[in-house]
Amino acid sequence: MSTPLLKVDGLTVETKTETGTHRIVDGVSFELQKGEILGLVGESGSGKTMACRALLRLLPSSRLSIPKGSVRLDGKEVMDLPEDQFRAIRGKRIGMIFQNPASHLDPVMRIGDQIAESVRFHHGGSKRAAEERTIELLQQVGIPDPKERSRAFPHEFSGGMRQRAMIALALACDPDILIADEPTTALDVTVQAQILRLLKELRDARGLSIIFITHDLGVVAQLCDSICVLYGGRVCEHGPKERLLAAPRHPYTAGLMGCQPAIGATGERLRTIPGYPPTVDAMPTGCRFHPRCSNEVAECSRRQPPLEAYEPDHVAACYNPVGEAAALPAKESA
Amino acid sequence: MSARRRGLRRLTGHVPQPLMIGAGILIFFIVLAVGAPVIAPYDPIYQDISARLAPPSLVHPFGTDNFGRDILSRVIWSTRIDLQIAFLGVIFPFIIGTAAGTIAGYFGGLTDTLFMRLIDIVLAFPFLVLMLAIIAILGPGLASFYIAMALVGWVSYARLVRAQILVLKQSDFAMAAKSLGFSHWRIMFRHLLPNALIGSIVFAMSDAVLVLLNGAAISYLGLGVQPPTAEWGIMVAEGQAFISIAWWIATFPGLAIVLLAFGFSLLADGLGEKLGVRP
Repeated sequence: MSTPLLKVDGLTVETKTETGTHRIVDGVSFELQKGEILGLVGESGSGKTMACRALLRLLPSSRLSIPKGSVRLDGKEVMDLPEDQFRAIRGKRIGMIFQNPASHLDPVMRIGDQIAESVRFHHGGSKRAAEERTIELLQQVGIPDPKERSRAFPHEFSGGMRQRAMIALALACDPDILIADEPTTALDVTVQAQILRLLKELRDARGLSIIFITHDLGVVAQLCDSICVLYGGRVCEHGPKERLLAAPRHPYTAGLMGCQPAIGATGERLRTIPGYPPTVDAMPTGCRFHPRCSNEVAECSRRQPPLEAYEPDHVAACYNPVGEAAALPAKESA
Repeated sequence: MSARRRGLRRLTGHVPQPLMIGAGILIFFIVLAVGAPVIAPYDPIYQDISARLAPPSLVHPFGTDNFGRDILSRVIWSTRIDLQIAFLGVIFPFIIGTAAGTIAGYFGGLTDTLFMRLIDIVLAFPFLVLMLAIIAILGPGLASFYIAMALVGWVSYARLVRAQILVLKQSDFAMAAKSLGFSHWRIMFRHLLPNALIGSIVFAMSDAVLVLLNGAAISYLGLGVQPPTAEWGIMVAEGQAFISIAWWIATFPGLAIVLLAFGFSLLADGLGEKLGVRP
């Protein structure tokens, strides 16, 4: 396999609280190929957002730190770059869009000016050229009448329009990778479908790689090429979408899929996973999912299960996986 | 409706009454200042000895002073100096204070501590005493007044802006700007400061009142504008000696100070209401 565009290895985020130091992201590893859409799935507090912010060194509080982990971009380690060099990666190599576009756009600056600023900051050029590029970008993300709309302020846009503007803003830097942090959660379903289609089009048109953070398996099934399931800050299953959805190995993945309501199914009670996700200061020993797991065996609470490969590119961390097929012997990847 | 037209409507829309009256008063004084040579009936420093201490009449509507100078003309000409005092006395502290507050709030840590201690030191002295000390060192005159104002007045703006920046730097759009690879300076001054500025602008309007009164006080003490230049503070000071026999010398410039200060206060109030800020 060629060098992946992005390779994250053993990324760890720690938080310091009164009760001690806790790992909210614990040794997360994944790869991203050019043009791939990776779905990062997990419940609230599973560390999916933190992992991606750590990737860009955008941790929201000084109490959070990244004690270890490697992030390789085109095979080059970027985690030990000094801050002023790392800044060249933000935006230009890896862009980010957020769940709530209303609060992530500067409220007192016109949409067009914000995008043009980003264009000029990264690519220079004249004001005129930046304005033309801005209108082109707005058109690309499907904003009607882009010339007129670029003069508007964020509060004059609807939710879906704001998310489109946010995507245009991230694209203005022409990144190779786009991290999308639950970009459709705050939108209604029809707009959500439009945004997902837009992201897919952008991948096809520019070869953009996307890390899509979500708790919605339905969205993942529609959009992603591969899926990485996180629980309690750890990867519990990772593999190509088709295989992972058809034959999940980790009971947590299976449980999540069981929680999806099927259209047309009536009278049946919706299944849920019993219990709540663990909080950072009370992480269970061993496998962090074992208190809620239906497949629990004695080993689960004692040791952390390693990631084992079931197919060459399908790994799961479980002592008693779902489904009959046994793990491939020996060969371990992560 | 087009975005542009809607943006415009946001700016016009409903105008609070205080804002309208305040703006009206300020515009009135600006017209007086600009049109002083045309509007004023006499030369403000022309002395007509035969008409000394004349009470208000049709010839001299505000009367004359002990040198026979027309009070009305002097009040009108003073507008130029006093508006200049209010403007320059606010703009320098405003610029220094917002810049200092932004840097202190954004970087935090040692930078913040240094700025805050400096502010504490300035605040430890009574305002006027510190002003007088600085002017005494630099020598009397308006230039000294502006320098003293800038050195002392910036602290209020710095504290105001710092508090806002502390909140804004945690905001989502600050992080979004960071995720675009923007530098600290760009995030601070292009994205955070414009969001923090509204409060300071409203405060600047009420600060203009204090600066105006300070300017008058400094001139009254003989450390600001020098005679025979017409300035409201000096006129009040000069009229004080004659207050029992010629009340009009000190009263009319005093009223002018009150009216302009009132205008600025209303402007601050109305602007605060319009922009949703409480000064």
